[in-house]
Amino acid sequence: MSAYYEELLETLQERLGESVVNPRVALGELTFETPPEKLLATCRALRDNDAFACAQLIDLCGVDYSEYGEQPWDGPRYAVVYHLLSIRHNHRIRLKCFIDGEPPRIASMIDIWASANWFEREAFDLYGILFEGHPDLRRILTDYGFVGHPFRKDFPLSGNVEMRYDPERQRVVYEPVTVEPRINQPRVIRHDNRYLDPASEEGGDA
Amino acid sequence: MPEIRNYTVNFGPQHPAAHGVLRLVLEMDGEVVQRADPHVGLLHRATEKLAEYKIYNQSIPYMDRLDYVSMMVNEHAYVLAIEKLLGIEAPIRAQYIRVMFDEITRLLNHLMWLGTHALDVGAMTMFLYCFREREDLMDMYEAVSGARMHAAYYRPGGVYRDLPDSMPKYTETKYRDKDEVRRMNANREGSLLDFIWDFTERFPGYVDEYETLLTDNRIWKQRTVGIGVVSPERALQLGFTGPMLRGSGIEWDLRKKQPYEVYDRLDFQVPIGVNGDCYDRYLVRVEEMRQSNRIIRQCVEWLRKHPGPVMLENHKVTPPSREEMKSEMEALIHHFKLFTEGYVLPEGEAYAAVEHPKGEFGIYLVSDGANKPYRLKIRPPGFIHLAAMDEMARGHMLADVVAIIGTMDIVFGEIDR
Repeated sequence: MSAYYEELLETLQERLGESVVNPRVALGELTFETPPEKLLATCRALRDNDAFACAQLIDLCGVDYSEYGEQPWDGPRYAVVYHLLSIRHNHRIRLKCFIDGEPPRIASMIDIWASANWFEREAFDLYGILFEGHPDLRRILTDYGFVGHPFRKDFPLSGNVEMRYDPERQRVVYEPVTVEPRINQPRVIRHDNRYLDPASEEGGDA
Repeated sequence: MPEIRNYTVNFGPQHPAAHGVLRLVLEMDGEVVQRADPHVGLLHRATEKLAEYKIYNQSIPYMDRLDYVSMMVNEHAYVLAIEKLLGIEAPIRAQYIRVMFDEITRLLNHLMWLGTHALDVGAMTMFLYCFREREDLMDMYEAVSGARMHAAYYRPGGVYRDLPDSMPKYTETKYRDKDEVRRMNANREGSLLDFIWDFTERFPGYVDEYETLLTDNRIWKQRTVGIGVVSPERALQLGFTGPMLRGSGIEWDLRKKQPYEVYDRLDFQVPIGVNGDCYDRYLVRVEEMRQSNRIIRQCVEWLRKHPGPVMLENHKVTPPSREEMKSEMEALIHHFKLFTEGYVLPEGEAYAAVEHPKGEFGIYLVSDGANKPYRLKIRPPGFIHLAAMDEMARGHMLADVVAIIGTMDIVFGEIDR
């Protein structure tokens, strides 16, 4: 599988040139990044070019990289990750696009793949990424009238408000959370490969 | 003559045909749907965010609760993503067990779908029949994992334990006399595999029963033929996968095209539809049940002949046995580390997809080398199918909306996550 993707990667670089940034084949998956201004053209080429023929957008999601790894993150804070699938050639391509700014803005894929519709609404809801050109960018998963973008790393796990029914006012009221944040298992990053047996090291080291 | 104008119907969130908590705002012109706007998220639990705060193994039970009618397949995608990043592979026996339970889960899911879909359209009997069979399948779940639904049975590196040699049995009560208990326990005398085998002997007959009730049923056909037609081109555009895509006539099944575990060693066929309407999708799913039955039988035959380990011996990832833990220092340390700190995944990202009963269920895992996922994205098939609600329902009658919801096989556990 990896050999096939290496070949596909060469074709990609040949056809798309500078739009392919930082490409890699790891764990049998092809990943590359593309600058936001070239995103639309790249995606159109991936869909329409016969060598790629990615007819389906399988997944689209936002990632907030602000707390990635041990060192402070110095790149753009957000990434939008596209998982494409070609049914004709039976391959998958992962495309990442790093964006910055507040609010982060990126072109909408809705004209290329209709399935982007709800995925983009979801990424907007959870990360506050604005998809320019999306006709109906509303919140989708959170409550009506929700404030904030809950999957950002600076949004607390237990949220900011809690809800209860107030029998005196006879309606639902929102109040600041009373839950104390707690950490059951601390997050640790281990660099040594003690946890990996030698056989898996080549495959696992992405 | 009063003025006639469009009006809005609020369908759900508490409606038996909404299959959970779907609020559907329908703009109607008389009885014809002009626009359908599904409001989802009423069951949103932020599974993905919760997973970022938990060590890897603690998120497995959350996966059960995503699509709560196909529990083990959700786990499967999750453990496959972890195994991919770790670079490990489950022992062959565990792979067969996983495949067998994936197919048992597919039956569970399709029976649930068939029962509720038919019930929505007006066939009460189907519901009762389907739930009769689900009972046996859930007994298999219970025998193997101790839970009837939320199993948490698949683990990175294998499955939690081997298949049991005996089935739990019914006992006499004041409502059940000796003869009845003997009759009920007749197929529970042997091992779990014998019980499953007995079920697969009976199951094709049950599917024939369903087909007798529905396939040529005039009312069923009137309610499903030509309803919610999706052309193959639109199905690709809309991101359909699984039976929704196959119903439109595109042959695409991850079990065949990108085989994981031991699917490439098994003999089964992939049914596809022609017209892309609700009736074709019904036929596809019914045939899938027959094929699943075949796969289960092949797995049972293989598992009977090939005993072996079901979990890797790599105690950096899988826990040592209780016995070892009580006698060996090393094992005790492994156990302690594994259940307090967990294991770390190497830095990187992986996407693992399985052929879920509803479509392609994928897990996109980003790891920064910690003992918790940096980002976990669940690719729920139902979410994408429901997004096409507007396109599929437009121009249909109000009653057809119910049939379309039924054919999508939506479950809110996975849509809202």
